[in-house]
Amino acid sequence: MLNSFKRVIKAGFKAFFRNAGLGAATIFVMVMVIFLVTMLWLLNPASEILVENIQEKVDVSVYFKKDAQAEEILQAKSEITKISEVREVEYVSKEQALEKFIERHKDDPTLMESLTEVGENPFLASLNIKAQQASQYEQVASFLESSDFSGIIDKVDYHQRKPVIDKVISMTNNINKFGIVLGIVLGVIAVLIAYNTIRLAIYNSSREISTMRLVGASNWFIRGPFLIQGIIVGVLAGLITLIITFGVSYGFNAKVASILSGVSMMSLFLSNFWTIILIQFVTGTGLGIISSMIAIRKFLKV
Amino acid sequence: MLSLKNVTKIYPSRVGGDPIVALDKVSFDIDNREFVSLVGKSGAGKTTLLRLILAQENPTEGDILFEGNNLREIKKKDISKLRRRIGVVFQDYKLFPSKTIFENIAYIMEVMGASDDDISRDVPQVLDIVGLTDKAFNFPSELSGGECQRAAIARSLIHRPDVIMADEPTGNLDPYNTFEIIKLLVKIYELGTTVILSTHDKEVINTLGKRVITLDQGRVVRDEERGRFIL
Repeated sequence: MLNSFKRVIKAGFKAFFRNAGLGAATIFVMVMVIFLVTMLWLLNPASEILVENIQEKVDVSVYFKKDAQAEEILQAKSEITKISEVREVEYVSKEQALEKFIERHKDDPTLMESLTEVGENPFLASLNIKAQQASQYEQVASFLESSDFSGIIDKVDYHQRKPVIDKVISMTNNINKFGIVLGIVLGVIAVLIAYNTIRLAIYNSSREISTMRLVGASNWFIRGPFLIQGIIVGVLAGLITLIITFGVSYGFNAKVASILSGVSMMSLFLSNFWTIILIQFVTGTGLGIISSMIAIRKFLKV
Repeated sequence: MLSLKNVTKIYPSRVGGDPIVALDKVSFDIDNREFVSLVGKSGAGKTTLLRLILAQENPTEGDILFEGNNLREIKKKDISKLRRRIGVVFQDYKLFPSKTIFENIAYIMEVMGASDDDISRDVPQVLDIVGLTDKAFNFPSELSGGECQRAAIARSLIHRPDVIMADEPTGNLDPYNTFEIIKLLVKIYELGTTVILSTHDKEVINTLGKRVITLDQGRVVRDEERGRFIL
């Protein structure tokens, strides 16, 4: 038993090195498959960060009437903060609003002039509210309109911003959906290509396999060396992909960070190092073993 | 040791014509340590017969008994055990192209679970018998047809099977190599192994002077103790 096991492993290694060309071609295809799977997995958090970034930019503002006191507004702020859908509330006083405006438009003489003409501070105090999710602004807005302090509210700009917010919601949903569909499609294609490559490699040995059956070899004694080759291919492909993944994460780190702010490929790579290794080796050896098993089945029916 | 009882094999026709009767109520017995030649034209049913004995397929009707075991009742996982008791020589050699001659022969011993010591002792002996000692580490593609067939014979007898079946072993060989191969088979027979030789080579049969079973269109038309090639 142990003897057979040893022989199967030895035969697997021997066959792999004698057919090095075929093995290299299979590894090449496998590397592409594993790399694709890794990237889909690695860039999934990146797309989440992207979506978060977009959602981050959305908020609604509540403007308070001119005569509303700062204490009343802060009172309202603390109540709004208690709503579970609300993530963040920022108080902007009249003076801060004016400062912000001047800061932003100091190079525009027309606006500055008209400001001087008005004479007094025309801005209203406001609360900028950010919800946990873009879809929750509707609830937040309706809460504000029916609250105790609705008397001091001048307006809630949710209704003007609604089209933009809706667009952000549908866009982020689409990004997620598109990512999942693309991932599945690419994954399936990749697996089929890898399976076919291995099938062709085994087809090359189909006559040999049936002869082995005819001279009395048991199915496992025949299958064994092919499984070993599948594992060798899977492990080598996993290893090569790991190196490539590292290279890509390192080389494109700055570029990706500049396109998607807040996404660092290198830190994604490092913080998920063991998971990536697991994905790559499981994909590699799994594909190698399962494809070999399926492909060889046909030729064992002798 | 081998007994065929009314064995019939019918293959369905693929194009809607009549089914093909490859074997028609074939019956004969082969004893231990016998040398039997199966002769007949191409399509007479020789190869079908050998396929049935190797349990590659079951007869449509009738039974084949090997050492008293009905092949029809043999379990799928036990087929490989049956085949280990039969050495087979094919017309197209069927050597493993990616293994050296030594490894080709050693493979059978590995299948049997022989120890490494036994393998390194027995394989050179058999290579010596078939005269291929100096080709032990060549691949089959580097050998001539006659050498390949001698290697195939070495592979068929390395594990001392009860019976050796040779299916047209000289079909691809010139007269000189044909003679060498037949001499080898006779030698194996003389050392105590049953040999079943399928051939359509008149010269071979007539020089052997052993039992001949003649097949024609799937039937046994003659079974003679010291037969000659008559069709």
